[in-house]
Amino acid sequence: MPLELLKGNEAMAEAAVRAGVQAYFGYPITPQTELLEYMSWRMPQLGRTFLQAESEVAAINMVYGAACTGVRAMSSSSSPGVSLMMEGLSYIAGTEIPVVLIDVMRGGPGLGNIAPSQGDYNQIVHGGGHGDYHPIVLAPASVQEAIDLTVLAFDLADKYLTPAVVLADGNIGQMMEPAELPPMQDIRTEFPDWAVRGAQNRERRILSSIYIDPNVEEVVNYRLMLRWNEIQSNEVRYKEYYLDDAEYVVIGFGTAGRVALSAVRAARAEGIRIGLFRPISLSPYPYARVEALADQVRAILVAEMNTGQMLEDVQRASKGRVPVEFYGRMGGVMPFPDEIFSEIQRLARGPLEIDVDPRRGWMERNAELLGTLQAKH
Amino acid sequence: MVGITPTQLVYERPASLAQVPTHYCPGCTHGVAHRLIAEVLDEMELRELTIGVAPVGCSVFAYNYFECDFVEAAHGRAPAMATGIKRMLPDRIVFTYQGDGDLASIGMAEILHAAARGENITVIFINNAIYGMTGGQMAPTTLPGQKTTSSPGGRDVEQMGFPIRMAEILATLEGAGYIVRRSLHDPKNIRLAKKAIRIAFEAQARGLGFSMVELLSTCPTNWGISPLESLRWVEEHMVPVYPLEDYKVSPTLAGLRV
Repeated sequence: MPLELLKGNEAMAEAAVRAGVQAYFGYPITPQTELLEYMSWRMPQLGRTFLQAESEVAAINMVYGAACTGVRAMSSSSSPGVSLMMEGLSYIAGTEIPVVLIDVMRGGPGLGNIAPSQGDYNQIVHGGGHGDYHPIVLAPASVQEAIDLTVLAFDLADKYLTPAVVLADGNIGQMMEPAELPPMQDIRTEFPDWAVRGAQNRERRILSSIYIDPNVEEVVNYRLMLRWNEIQSNEVRYKEYYLDDAEYVVIGFGTAGRVALSAVRAARAEGIRIGLFRPISLSPYPYARVEALADQVRAILVAEMNTGQMLEDVQRASKGRVPVEFYGRMGGVMPFPDEIFSEIQRLARGPLEIDVDPRRGWMERNAELLGTLQAKH
Repeated sequence: MVGITPTQLVYERPASLAQVPTHYCPGCTHGVAHRLIAEVLDEMELRELTIGVAPVGCSVFAYNYFECDFVEAAHGRAPAMATGIKRMLPDRIVFTYQGDGDLASIGMAEILHAAARGENITVIFINNAIYGMTGGQMAPTTLPGQKTTSSPGGRDVEQMGFPIRMAEILATLEGAGYIVRRSLHDPKNIRLAKKAIRIAFEAQARGLGFSMVELLSTCPTNWGISPLESLRWVEEHMVPVYPLEDYKVSPTLAGLRV
């Protein structure tokens, strides 16, 4: 396939189409609306289902129903809309059926704004709906990766009977860049042996997330955990840049990771031996690799577009072996490479302490930038 | 069945009704509603083609009672889930079974929009004017003055609002093909309810859009009266507030004989 100039939201939509998605249900919300709009003509063109739901609550439950018939089904939304979908996501996880959700994150909390943010990390990676479950979460840093991870999300959801979330931000959704679309897959004509499609010449099937006997529910929770363990063993994904001889590492996902790469290159040009570690699977998180990096480097800098949500996973993985520092922009503000570059220079200058709260240091150092409207943004 | 010849047989379990012990309270009319649906599925030979959607509430276990495929929805979301299923399987029969809390309170958006879209599904709506599963709290359909555990002094409409007449509301929507209210309080009305359920499924089979049968039902346990008194209570107190009418009947169904 040739390279095409594609907008992230539309590229993810077409990637889902080519992955064989048979049903899309959604609700307009900036900055993901182009994905819904694209589906509104593309799906009917192929004889597939597009439906604009009355709410995100309804949309995810339509996806739930469609997925119960064994087809590939999906929705997409942005932060406030995704909050509304959390109920449905928990039911889908509890019913053990595959569903793909794309979250194009925006600034929050509350209504927030429509600018790019990574503030939903905790909600999607560590929380979301009620009860014990772990969705697979994949974070793209380019339009190409958004395409590839959308296709992968369908495959992993099917393989592990779990919700899989592509956690993009408004930047990935809105930006245009050259990318290659995958080949068109046929839509499914044979359906899994759990699919509910009418009890013709077989026993009836029931798909449900209710297990009224706690002892049975415990067995289900155990089964979910066994599957999650398998996912943790098999599906960790990340990308490394300049890490072979690195004395320092920046860790960032999605757009923050991409911005940090420019800073890392600038620092390399100044002779600072620094690399970038960019987690692609946020769930399962690459804890083991981060732990190994903690043994290799002298300090870690975490860069995010939030108040340090992934930071806690890095701290968990690095187990206090090296200083972990943090730099973040919040509320829909993007970090610039020079900001992260300055942080890298500060790291390289040292000295750094281990037993300090990286968030407090970050806030104190950047109080003027972050806390006043006189800041350059 | 030993010793009974087919000519003597007047009553048997419909094949679509599963042979399981009931979990419903004595005197509750859920069982009657379940049986009527199962009889209709048998008569129309739809058991193998039907997917049911169970709600949250007393009938959360509805899926246990039918010998057809079933899914279990989140509270109020059955019409959305049914939409997803029906859009994937337009040649199948999809029905939801929902109580008043599920349909007329938390699921108001989903039911209204499913009807507005003319979603080709059938909804069986059980209105017993109370939340049964959680132990007798006020429902959106609780009558003015009716005592419940969350309106212990009786439903004060000044504070708690008025009962919602779902059949009347949904009948205003162009996507609705068949909207009626029936009651399960005596044999005559049960027969009329059966006929309405049959027509509702016929409407779906003919692609006439959204169909709903609202069924006035009893809750002796949470009303705090006997099953017999409950039947009388439906007739004397509920029917005047919730008239047993045809609110919308697609012209295509007008001449239908069932």
